[in-house]
Amino acid sequence: MAHSNMLEWIYVAVVVALLVYVGAEAWNIERIIDHAPEDAEIIKVTAQQWFWSFEHEDGTKEIGELHLKKDHAYKFEISSKDVIHNFNIPEYVVLLDAVPGRINTVWFSPTEAGEFDIQCREYCGLIHYNMRAKLFVEGV
Amino acid sequence: MVLELAKARPVWQIMFSTHHTDVGLLYLVFSLLAMFVGGAMAIALRLELFAPGTQIIADSMTYNRLFTAHGTTMIFLFLLPSASAVGNYLVPIMVRYKDMAYPKLNAIAFWMIPPAAVLVWLGMADFGWYANPPYSVISAPAPAAEMWIFGLKMLGISSILSSINFVVTIMKCKHPDLSLGKVPLLAWSFLSSSIIVLAAMPTFAAALLMLLTDRLGATGFFNPAVGGDPIAYSHLFWFTFHPEVYVLVIPAIGMMYEIIPRFSRRPIFSHSSGVAAFIILSLVAFASWAHHMFATGMSFTEKTVFMVGTLAAVPASAMHVFNFLATMWNGRIKFATPMMWAVGGIALFFAAGAGGVVNTAMPLDFITHDSYWVVGHFHLFVFGTIAFGTIGFVYYLFPYITGRMYNEKWGIVHFILAFVGACITFFTQHILGLFGMPRRIYDYPEIPEWVSMNALISVGAMIILVGMVIFLANLIYSSAKGKPANLEDPFGLGGKYYYPFSQRNPHHGDGGY
Repeated sequence: MAHSNMLEWIYVAVVVALLVYVGAEAWNIERIIDHAPEDAEIIKVTAQQWFWSFEHEDGTKEIGELHLKKDHAYKFEISSKDVIHNFNIPEYVVLLDAVPGRINTVWFSPTEAGEFDIQCREYCGLIHYNMRAKLFVEGV
Repeated sequence: MVLELAKARPVWQIMFSTHHTDVGLLYLVFSLLAMFVGGAMAIALRLELFAPGTQIIADSMTYNRLFTAHGTTMIFLFLLPSASAVGNYLVPIMVRYKDMAYPKLNAIAFWMIPPAAVLVWLGMADFGWYANPPYSVISAPAPAAEMWIFGLKMLGISSILSSINFVVTIMKCKHPDLSLGKVPLLAWSFLSSSIIVLAAMPTFAAALLMLLTDRLGATGFFNPAVGGDPIAYSHLFWFTFHPEVYVLVIPAIGMMYEIIPRFSRRPIFSHSSGVAAFIILSLVAFASWAHHMFATGMSFTEKTVFMVGTLAAVPASAMHVFNFLATMWNGRIKFATPMMWAVGGIALFFAAGAGGVVNTAMPLDFITHDSYWVVGHFHLFVFGTIAFGTIGFVYYLFPYITGRMYNEKWGIVHFILAFVGACITFFTQHILGLFGMPRRIYDYPEIPEWVSMNALISVGAMIILVGMVIFLANLIYSSAKGKPANLEDPFGLGGKYYYPFSQRNPHHGDGGY
């Protein structure tokens, strides 16, 4: 087998360089978005088979609907009453598991007014397919 | 029995045989049967999702049971046994031994699979193939869940037994003149994947028992209502089943290492690079399990560690792709059916790997997690890479098993339909995932993009179905009526083959093979 291994080493080096770039970039972005701003308003999100309920900081409770204000930071404290669900607002890339016995947090700040979908993204049984809610973002 | 070499034998003789080619035949027939069963389930799922609203499946419970059975069937009853089939046929020959190291253990390992399949298929559990607690503990109906747990327990033991057999056959029974470094790459792939099984499987075996006692109410390992932690199950599960992905993919790559040089009429570009990549893959397989769990609320540090561990698997996979391309370069390639499947499989392997890099880059994972992107991604692996390698190898082995040639023209039609169907189905699923559609849903709202993409995906699945019907017809017809194969060189390539029939099977009687 007359061949040089040089080509393969170059190829592996290029692949590794690409991966290092992707990894570093991902690390950098995740580091920034991992921390919620200090002034973020806390919304308690509770999942149960098969609906969502929300509690605002002022004690207002909502079921199946969530009303928020535009350009305002919110921090979701997500938990579950029965099995694992996943709280997801696809348009805003908000996604985190609702795990019974744990509180997971994720934050976002809506930049557009309008109506958005909230859905469950972790299989949770019979009506998982229709465990949906509406997010209403109101302009200030 | 149509699938028979030289002269017909009664079925019971093959069933109770411990000879490695007979056990290999049993594995092969069973795994292909499971592939058609699991495929039929997938077709039912795709018909249901063709449009919003109820199509052919009456309720979500049936749908949930079907996708669970589909996943379990394809992974444990098709892909794992089909790899064992190939290993049984060729590993003893490649290490120049008369049989597997423990022939009876080999037959036992196979015969644990059909009863397990009966448990899985009659039970029809509904919790997805990873049985996520606390759903699987407090919500999943009995006795389906228990039947699934016992079925998987048996499949795990079967898998451990056959892995012990492969490791001992290769390490201890190989010919003294054959150094480990010279063992062909297909046998190397079975050595690596078997070692991974031995290291990974006991963890899941423990988790299954804990799940069972949780369901019985005796313990509360994963039930938060009594102080357990469901995330612990995810860790145990993925510690076994991320490496398990490599257990499935490594033999498929090994099969490509057999086909590609043969049909390119060139020696493999670098044997040592192939061996090195197998060893690296087996090690890094254990460094990435929690990348399935970024969304469970892991800390930034944990996510970073598992992102790096996952990215580390990419260079080794890329080395395999390089090795294949460098072997084909300047080769006199004959695009017979097995070669087409191998090359198609490499192309989809590359696409699947590229998608995997996106999944593990932390911020992007939160776009793709548990969406149809993930469904498309792993189907590019399990169907596009592993099943492609396996089906190509079934065509490759066909003349040796039956003494007859399959129909080449229909083999190529099968490949084209499966490749086009796979591209339409699985690439569209990636895009659908970016539009936010969650996986494992029975019905979906009338979002225009979701509706049109789901219809397209279902059409792609039907194209694959047509290909698979042709495959089945080709197998049955050709094994009975196909042209007799020239067993010295069935594909007209010149050069030396590994002949499964050259092993003296005591049941074949005197004369002939």
